[in-house]
Amino acid sequence: MGIRFILMVNKQGQTRLAQYYEWLTLEERRAIEGEIVRKCLARNEQQCSFVEHRNYKIVYRRYASLFFLVGVDNDENELAILEFIHLLVETMDRHFGNVCELDIMFHLEKAHFMLEEMVMNGCIVETSKSNILSPIQLMEKTS
Amino acid sequence: MASSSSPSLMDSLFQRSLDDIIKGLRHQQAGESAFVSKVLEEVRREIKSTDSHTKSTALQKLTYLHSICFVDMSWAAFHAIECISYPNFTHKKVGYLAISQSFQESTPVILLISNQLRKDLKSNVEVEVSLALECLSRIGNLDLCRDLTPEVFTLMASSRIPVRKKAIGVVLRLFGKYPDAVRVCFKRLVESLESSDSPPIVSAVIGVFCELASKDPKAYLPLAPEFYKILVDSRNNWVLIKVLKIFTKLAPLEPRLAKKIVEPICELMSKTGAKSLMFECIRTILTSLAEHESAVKLAAGRINELLIDEDPNLRYLGLHALAIVAPKHIWAVLENKEFVIKSLSDPDPNIKLESLRLVMAMVSESNVVEICRVLVNYATKSEPEFCNVILGSILSTCSNNVYEIIVDFDWYVSLLGEMSRIQHCQKGDEIENQLIDIGLRVQDVRPELVRVGRDLLMDPALLGNPFLHRILSAAAWLCGEYVEFIRNPVELMESLLQPRTSLLPPSVRAVYLESAFKALVFCLHSYLQSATSSDHSALGLSDPGVSSQSYDEYSGAHGENGEESGTTLIQENHITPDSVLRLLNLIDMAVGPLSGSYDVEIQERTRNILGFTELIKPVLSDSLHPQDERHKQQAEASKMVRLLHDTFSDELGPVSMSAQGRVPVPDGLVLYENLADLEAVCGSSLPASSATISFEGSHNVEGATSIFISDQKEESEPSSESTSLLAEHRKRHGLYYLPSEKNTEHHEANNDYPPANELKSGVTVSNDAQDLAKLAEQSFLPKRKSKQVKARPVVVKLDEGDVLPISSKIPQAKDDSLSEAVRDVLLGNEADADTLTQKAAADSVSRKKGKEKLNAKEQEDDLDHMDSQSGTVQNPVKERSKRSSRKQNADEGDHGGDKGKQKRRHRHGKHRTREGVQNPPANVISQTPVPDLLL
Repeated sequence: MGIRFILMVNKQGQTRLAQYYEWLTLEERRAIEGEIVRKCLARNEQQCSFVEHRNYKIVYRRYASLFFLVGVDNDENELAILEFIHLLVETMDRHFGNVCELDIMFHLEKAHFMLEEMVMNGCIVETSKSNILSPIQLMEKTS
Repeated sequence: MASSSSPSLMDSLFQRSLDDIIKGLRHQQAGESAFVSKVLEEVRREIKSTDSHTKSTALQKLTYLHSICFVDMSWAAFHAIECISYPNFTHKKVGYLAISQSFQESTPVILLISNQLRKDLKSNVEVEVSLALECLSRIGNLDLCRDLTPEVFTLMASSRIPVRKKAIGVVLRLFGKYPDAVRVCFKRLVESLESSDSPPIVSAVIGVFCELASKDPKAYLPLAPEFYKILVDSRNNWVLIKVLKIFTKLAPLEPRLAKKIVEPICELMSKTGAKSLMFECIRTILTSLAEHESAVKLAAGRINELLIDEDPNLRYLGLHALAIVAPKHIWAVLENKEFVIKSLSDPDPNIKLESLRLVMAMVSESNVVEICRVLVNYATKSEPEFCNVILGSILSTCSNNVYEIIVDFDWYVSLLGEMSRIQHCQKGDEIENQLIDIGLRVQDVRPELVRVGRDLLMDPALLGNPFLHRILSAAAWLCGEYVEFIRNPVELMESLLQPRTSLLPPSVRAVYLESAFKALVFCLHSYLQSATSSDHSALGLSDPGVSSQSYDEYSGAHGENGEESGTTLIQENHITPDSVLRLLNLIDMAVGPLSGSYDVEIQERTRNILGFTELIKPVLSDSLHPQDERHKQQAEASKMVRLLHDTFSDELGPVSMSAQGRVPVPDGLVLYENLADLEAVCGSSLPASSATISFEGSHNVEGATSIFISDQKEESEPSSESTSLLAEHRKRHGLYYLPSEKNTEHHEANNDYPPANELKSGVTVSNDAQDLAKLAEQSFLPKRKSKQVKARPVVVKLDEGDVLPISSKIPQAKDDSLSEAVRDVLLGNEADADTLTQKAAADSVSRKKGKEKLNAKEQEDDLDHMDSQSGTVQNPVKERSKRSSRKQNADEGDHGGDKGKQKRRHRHGKHRTREGVQNPPANVISQTPVPDLLL
């Protein structure tokens, strides 16, 4: 599976984007998000970005007021996931121009499409920013 | 206007957009849920609209609420399907997003999208195809995957790179849900591995293989040359990481492959600037190439770099890597010992935890004392949570495999005592278990155990900490059970009966009382013993050194002796008449009030003690006074005391968990299979058992006296009363009790089970002792196995460590058929893919139906296999020839074997068995040859 879920949470702990790659009920999602937010948001800058949780790992990174949290299998490469998060942020930055929490709130659909370009079945399939964005630009043209 | 349930024109005209909702949500501070339910109400109305724009906007809003506010949207499944069928792309994509967010395999309407998906997969608009592929990769179930495999297969050869890439990504879902898709798509997937001209394709396809190989690496061994080529040629770190992950799985299966890849991986590790890739190299070397000493050395060097980095992420990963290498190359950890220990005080709890694991991995017989000292120091300084994690890992490491690494048990026991006193210690249960466990197993350590226990019991402050109650219970039990090692039993009695014991829970208090009883009996016993022996000596020759003085002399020197009794007098187990009196008074004072306790355990034990003191007091106090009558009375008293003392000094041995199973069922005993009528029995037995609890105190003493005077055959009243009830009960429902060994082996009709840790009569004691010894001998079978290094005391081991054989895991049918399919395709014995494309659907159905048959055949086949190995010839001729041909093939070498298998497989057609998976791995490896060009 590789990546199990991707969350974007603001520093108040509100979910701004949630993408799961395995089916979970709403109650399970709510529980997971609650636990993870509690665990990760309490950590500070001097602490590492990897947290063991249940039977998987969470790799997270904070950009301004937004936390990017990725749940991965235990043998996944933590540093690669950090790079993935950074790539995601850069991609959104290129598209929205100086991306912020509001951009993601108001363009949730687009953020989902970007993720879909990058990840399929929990595998990272695309890592080139222009390749990720070209279908979205195409979509904007089509609609 | 909003009252009507069907959407009106006004609704469409004044529909709130998603942006409105988001803005609304942002302005809600407290009443968010009210706002959400209001929006939901609107959505429910709007979504029924026939206008595509209104409907899709409603769905869009719902999807947003679903993903952010956990709103259920399963009810809108059909509306989402309607949306994807709209020609307008904007509406379509809203529908697809809703579906991929909210559908699951069992969504009832899921099959309705099959046709729409097919239509979109064939669309000329690239983004539509992409949407359909992504949707399939999220929600595809068996039926969808089977129906759409041909379309995906076509798209895998698409000239449009993004489409091709996504089609490859979907393949993973197809294989997972519908393994027969392998027969269609696998060839094209392998071909994509070689499309080095378009990096996105390679990136996608390697991701798929990485996932596939992680589930069943054996099947992909034949592709090693392709992976190797990517490993050497690729410049993309993402791809390289995935390839390394694949090799991590493959290398352990094929030593020649490991030899081949070790060099390029080492090179990659030293050259790359990307930490992620470097770490992946390290991990690959440590997990799968650990036999290559030089590579491990190189990796260890890189780990050292990570450890000293400022970035906590790299430090964490460095420690993590050390944890991987620890089992095989502990030297790499020992090299960084100081750093590891220093990390115990890192600001990051995760790093602390990781370094603790490493510290525990370093523990050995020689350094356990030193390391535990360091850890306990850290534990006292740490915050409660980590403190208990440290204590927990010390406890589990030291007790591992029956205290394997502990040589000096005196040290360990005092460490346990020390750990109990750590402020945040919450490991009471575990420490309790270990204290008692060590007491039972290691005879030599009992004096120290008792000393540690005594210190814990003496400290009144500890009684206030509920986490320590379990430990105190163990300490009390140990001090009572091994009271002969106590230097000052009087002092022990005092601490067992101190006022603050009222803070203990009843169960622990009961243990305290029982121990006090044991200690009392011990005191009286040693008093009487010394008295008699001194009398004898006084008769012969007066010995001033021994305490043969009369009571009068003592009463004069009361104050002095009273204080000294703690140290000098008891030194030789000599107890003065004075201290005996004090003990009896103490009991009256401290235990007396408990006789009215509501807890049955406490009440019963209290009554035991009080009954005994009532009984012994008159006899004893007489013996303390007039000289002439002394002998007769004393004999009486010592008889009673000896009786109890013998009971308590009977050694308790550990009992194997399987001991009861070893008791043979005697002939003629009918054991009911059906215990349904047990309920009626239990119902009627309940009043009887409650009667045993409410006996009267006076009755107790009377009965006990009479029994003791008449003969020593029976137990004291409380237990004899309960045993008589038990006997009566058993007479009525005798069949439900297991026979006690005594019944069969010994003559006595005395059919009571001696309750553990309770009073026993003098006669049964000896019998019991024999029984116990016998049982212990049976259960101690491997007991002398423990290697006795240095002066390590004997640690009694039972055979309970033998783990029950775990029933072998049943392989999952899906993975099974997937790897089988992959193996078939890789060995190239499948017919043309195109013909199969049409056949696939029908095939799968028949396979499903024939699954049971296949399984049956499998078993037969396995049996055959075993038979042929053991050499018995019972098989049909056909089967035998098959086996022999396989042996030949194996001799001929890889390629010959390949051909032979192909033929065989064709002959058996679809009903070919899954022998490859079932047989031992050696067979599989020979089945999946790695071409020589690589090796």
